[in-house]
Amino acid sequence: MPSCKDFLRELTDYLDSCLDPETKKELDKHVEECPTCWVILDTTKKTLKIYKGCAPKAVPAALEDKLMAAVQAKMAERKCGQ
Amino acid sequence: MTSTEPPTDEHLVELAKTGDNGAFPELVKRYSRRILRVARNITNNDEDSEDVLQETFMKAYTHLDGFQGNSRFYTWLVRIAMNESLMKLRKRKTGRVVSLDEELSTGEDTITREIAVWEGNPEDRYSQEELRELLDTTIASLPEGFRTVFVLRDVEELSTEETADMLGLSIPAVKSRLLRARLQLREKLTRVFKQKGDDAFAFL
Ligand SMILES: [Zn+2]
Repeated sequence: MPSCKDFLRELTDYLDSCLDPETKKELDKHVEECPTCWVILDTTKKTLKIYKGCAPKAVPAALEDKLMAAVQAKMAERKCGQ
Repeated sequence: MTSTEPPTDEHLVELAKTGDNGAFPELVKRYSRRILRVARNITNNDEDSEDVLQETFMKAYTHLDGFQGNSRFYTWLVRIAMNESLMKLRKRKTGRVVSLDEELSTGEDTITREIAVWEGNPEDRYSQEELRELLDTTIASLPEGFRTVFVLRDVEELSTEETADMLGLSIPAVKSRLLRARLQLREKLTRVFKQKGDDAFAFL
């Protein structure tokens, strides 16, 4: 049976679903029986869900304008150079 | 019904290469937020991240002909942004240079101290703005070697292979850094979100 340490070591592959079915089954069983690992798994899942679900902030208008102006200038420069 | 699907990145890249005026600005609009987020998360500095944002798209435009479509356009952009961000970071660290090994060994390893369930769903209890603020602060507190891997894998959702390739790391190294980054962030977020069980029953 895997220990808590084993479970932690495999946690990333477990979360990313890249474990062989045998190992996954053993770890599933460990989580069911071990409240500590269950909490770690649950809160790590939630951690990742928050990070992945958080949309990036809008680019501030002034910065966006500056960026677009730079892009236009670069495009014009290239056209003239050819 | 006619559906007007937005043009794909690949299509826009092809148009831009042939001199279409609107195609490249469209790609900039599409990805500027995400590139700014990468830059901000890696440099931890507003001024640097604004420079990185602009440099990334300038370089992308200059080297557009070199983009062969072997990778996704977005992955290609992130690679440029990551290189620019790391260069900014190096420039700021003018004093003592911390070696990566040194930095990583001070990471708390896979220690987990905070074992507590969370109070409800953070997404329901905090505004998007509050969460974003919290996530930025916690990412910023990670050592650089963990932060880069976490940002690429779990924020920008690149593959393990793409991340390894971009950072010049082996796949096992990416996985082990990712694990430690995830556990450290879990730990930090638990301190904020944990159920105040002891307090709630203190009156008993
Ligand atoms: Zn356990």
